[in-house]
Amino acid sequence: MGKTLFDKIWDSHVITDLGNRFVLLHIDRLLLHDMSGGKALKEAIEKGYPPAQPRLTYGTPDHTMSTKPGRTEKTHPPGEPLILSMRETTSAYGIKLFDLGQDGQGIVHVMGPEQGLTLPGTTLVCGDSHTSTHGGMGSLAFGIGSSELVHVIATQTMVQRKPKRLRASFEGKLMPGVTAKDMILHLIGELGTAAGTGYSVEYAGSAVRALPIEARLTLCNLTIEMGARTGMVAPDDTTYEYLNGRDYAPKGAMWDRAVAHWRTLPSDPDAEFDREHTVDMKNVAPQITWGTSPEHVIAVDRAIPDPSTGPEEKRGAWEAALKYQGLEPGKPIEGTKVDWVFIGSCTNSRISDLRAAATIVKGRHKADHVTAWVVPGSVRIKQEAEAEGLDRVFLDAGFEWREPGCSMCLASNGERVPPGKRSVSTSNRNFVGRQGPGARTHLASPAMAAAAAIKGAIADVRKI
Amino acid sequence: MDKFTKVTGVATPLMRQNVDTDLIIRIERLVDNVTRDGLGPYCFEQIRFKPDGSEDPDCIFNQKPYRDAPIILSRENFGCGSSREGAVWALKGMGIRAVIAPYFGDIFNNNCFQNGLLPVALPIHEIEQLADEMKASPGNARVTIDLENCQVVSPTGRTIPFQIDARRQHAMLNGLDDIAQTMARKDEIAAWQTQDKTARPWVWL
Ligand code: SF4
Repeated sequence: MGKTLFDKIWDSHVITDLGNRFVLLHIDRLLLHDMSGGKALKEAIEKGYPPAQPRLTYGTPDHTMSTKPGRTEKTHPPGEPLILSMRETTSAYGIKLFDLGQDGQGIVHVMGPEQGLTLPGTTLVCGDSHTSTHGGMGSLAFGIGSSELVHVIATQTMVQRKPKRLRASFEGKLMPGVTAKDMILHLIGELGTAAGTGYSVEYAGSAVRALPIEARLTLCNLTIEMGARTGMVAPDDTTYEYLNGRDYAPKGAMWDRAVAHWRTLPSDPDAEFDREHTVDMKNVAPQITWGTSPEHVIAVDRAIPDPSTGPEEKRGAWEAALKYQGLEPGKPIEGTKVDWVFIGSCTNSRISDLRAAATIVKGRHKADHVTAWVVPGSVRIKQEAEAEGLDRVFLDAGFEWREPGCSMCLASNGERVPPGKRSVSTSNRNFVGRQGPGARTHLASPAMAAAAAIKGAIADVRKI
Repeated sequence: MDKFTKVTGVATPLMRQNVDTDLIIRIERLVDNVTRDGLGPYCFEQIRFKPDGSEDPDCIFNQKPYRDAPIILSRENFGCGSSREGAVWALKGMGIRAVIAPYFGDIFNNNCFQNGLLPVALPIHEIEQLADEMKASPGNARVTIDLENCQVVSPTGRTIPFQIDARRQHAMLNGLDDIAQTMARKDEIAAWQTQDKTARPWVWL
């Protein structure tokens, strides 16, 4: 029987079998950020375990500092000790830090692929659940907790249990206005937020093969929102084109060797999956979430669901979500007044995302009552966007153009949507209070978010 | 790590689906550099407290006899969402020793086993019945979780078996630290790395 992409990478990283489906797995890349990086390094060192492989470890601050233009680590004082501790611990052990104000700094899941640190066929971990993003490069990547992080720092390995395999195939062409964000939200809507629990996911099908790398990263980013820790796309020529020449990617003869190896990774034609699900792209329209879980999602031209007609076991959750969100069942979601728009996060802050938003914004102005932010994912993306004049497009339309970081994705840096205010956000979580206590979040693609800013209400990007 | 052998006490029927780790602990509390042990007061703060900071009497965690309960009963997918281990520390800080749910978020589940908090997976109908038995005699009802024998004893004395990986059961019963166990395999790790440097030199920067 053939092997899946996941099995090939997993099996080749097993150092030893611990029984009961547990193995000791080698970790090729460890990425650190300011929320947990400095603390975990300190804890490991205090326990007597200095970093095992500092040269396979890379860090950047993204979570806790302000994204205000001209910011430093002092602009949001609560984050400063975390950033200072990360600086101190990484430099003590020669771990490369893409620090504030330096080339390469950015959201950790933007930084890895951008620098060529994320490679096909590697295992990669980070203390953040959206580490699945890196799977878009054909890497087996997953988020870990703080104790597991200390374990990786100390040993460059993890004790892991092999998950089952789920293949989600998207077949057909993307309809107008549809992006990778809409594909994954649609899938979560179909399968629910727990379908992936205990699984690894492979995204496949003609629509996925046609996606550029940045869109594949978006697709894999939301894997955790359906419960799976890891989601991946098999590497192909699109991957190699994207990677070739990046700072940390192999070069010359080593590059050729690496590519030859990577070409052996895709799932064999007769590989078996524990579960298969296929999405027909004809049925995928631009999506928007209405509730407080990513599975609370509908096409933008649909009505807000009515709990009394929904599945019985979800009724209570739907009612609570509608109450929190201040929405009336049965009404069209389009036209719902919006107060904030956030374009950013490791889901949708890459150059193609900013271009897509700018296309909608160009020559228009945001609605007066809306506060709209654009937060590029990295220093390089910001520079590239500025070279193309995208910053002007946004600024002329009344948007704020900010410094790279996580910002309003989780509001851990003081940047919040005020209580009761409604936001359309390109991030990945619409949980209760995620963007600030009482904030009401609707997840959507960058173009949909831009359209909401212009209209001052949830809008169908296809009509703009 | 704290050992876990057996716990007997009140079980709070929270009975919600998809209790995410953002709900268990707000991210700011982790930025504010509160110590691990100091997170208890902030656990579930978004539902325990009203916006003005006062306790919400409608929240089950604020009601007798659940205020000091060591066990939580929940519906599906407890601990989904963010990887923050602070969620486990906050639960422990609030005095929680075990959570019973049909299944858990994968990362949360792993984090529990690093901290001596026991996630117990039972079918939903069993949990609903436990919740009913709790509510039927508030104040007196107790649930026991016995890790050695892998069983839950309900307030009316029913025993319900649960499953757990032998490796994890052993580590929890003995309070074993994963790192020390892995460190004992240093040579195996080094040998694997040596062969990998020849097989995939491009990975090694
Ligand atoms: S942008 Fe949001 S989801 Fe992504 S790493 Fe930052 S906080 Fe996590």
